[in-house]
Amino acid sequence: MEKTLWLGTRKGLIAVHRKASGWEIGGISFRGISVPMLLPDQRDGRVHAAVEHGHFGSKLHVSGDGGATWEEEACPAYPPKPEGVPDTICPMSQQVIPWSLKKIWALESGGPDEPGVLWCGTIPGGLFHSWDGGASWTLVEGLWNRPERAGWFGGGADWPGLHSILVDPRNSRRILVAISCGGVWETIDGGENWELLGEGLIADFMPPESVGDPNIQDVHRLDWCRDDPDQVWAQHHCGIFRSRDGARTFERIERADPSDFGFAVVVHPTLPGTAWFVPAEIDDLRVPVGDAFCAMRTTDDGASFDALRNGLPQEHAYHLVYRHALAVSDDGSTLAFGSTTGSVWISEDAGESWTRLSAELPPVYCVRFS
Amino acid sequence: MARVDFTPNLARQTAISSREVPAETVREALEALFREFPAARGYVLDDQGTTRQHVAIFVDGEVVKDRIGLSDPVDDKSVVFVMQALSGG
Repeated sequence: MEKTLWLGTRKGLIAVHRKASGWEIGGISFRGISVPMLLPDQRDGRVHAAVEHGHFGSKLHVSGDGGATWEEEACPAYPPKPEGVPDTICPMSQQVIPWSLKKIWALESGGPDEPGVLWCGTIPGGLFHSWDGGASWTLVEGLWNRPERAGWFGGGADWPGLHSILVDPRNSRRILVAISCGGVWETIDGGENWELLGEGLIADFMPPESVGDPNIQDVHRLDWCRDDPDQVWAQHHCGIFRSRDGARTFERIERADPSDFGFAVVVHPTLPGTAWFVPAEIDDLRVPVGDAFCAMRTTDDGASFDALRNGLPQEHAYHLVYRHALAVSDDGSTLAFGSTTGSVWISEDAGESWTRLSAELPPVYCVRFS
Repeated sequence: MARVDFTPNLARQTAISSREVPAETVREALEALFREFPAARGYVLDDQGTTRQHVAIFVDGEVVKDRIGLSDPVDDKSVVFVMQALSGG
């Protein structure tokens, strides 16, 4: 069973520990500073934290002692823009997309067969690769230089953002990434070459000619079944989608109740037909349906959904859970999510019941178990 | 030699101390400082080497005009001051 829950929040990184009596808040690191992303690396036990100073930019720190002490490590840095390379103009805003790190929005470890490998997704959409445990980073030019990038635009941020990185447990050189708004991409050679996937995703906010264009899809969060990674779920801006062929094609899931809008999704590590979401009312409102907060779970591949309300507030509740703020344990039994309103709830029975850890926290951006 | 000073908040985040440095431009003054405190560079400049959006640099109380090239001149009596621009919440 997981022993620690890490919370990346607007005002620091908070460690929560499972004690005999339940979950208890431990210490806070980077107090007062935003921690939008973190990675507990199961391979070596170190924790990497993205620390986003409002004035001084994004930094990466790493702890080898469970968060007691931190050391600043290298941060992904876009290389100087080469002479002669034209600016990329955002097709929506008509502004130049920056060639510079704006936010660290995804951090994942490579496979168990490649101990120093880390991957980092960013706003404005670039992917970075480390071979030395975060001591240095390299922009993955195979993706950054794709001509399709000229069609990407921001979703949830001013600029495109790479928010989901899935390293295939069967083959570390196969990776899926998802970008808002830039579709779902696959590499099978460790990042040198990329293919756009995601046929069947639908962006019905776009003009009719572009609705089915895989390159501009706004998947909010992508996840797969760890033990059967061809089974992929996407919480998309326009609903919930399911793939059985490793994200090559998707079908829309129509029966979500109370809503198919949300930001987060996690898939049961061994049961591909089981996934959890935190729904909100349709895209322009983004508050709990009926002001009654719930999580949502399917156990039959989307044929039906359960609204999980036990322990969650059912009146005058306006909590929203961002894409990285829902997590499930390695055995699928324990879940946690944190809200923009500064609450965290934990379930130890797969979502049947929830206990609020705290309502006193800063806005929560990212939660992960270790 | 020009002097480089900065907001105390910067010294709380990364190793840096005031220094007298030989320089004829703001860029030269900062680069001299960053040779001694390399980690501080990323707190003041972004990965393209330009002034971070929410950082402001002054020379003798006047805000630096060239935030990209940092070509504003300095002399032996100049004080370069790096601070966080007030913004956000």
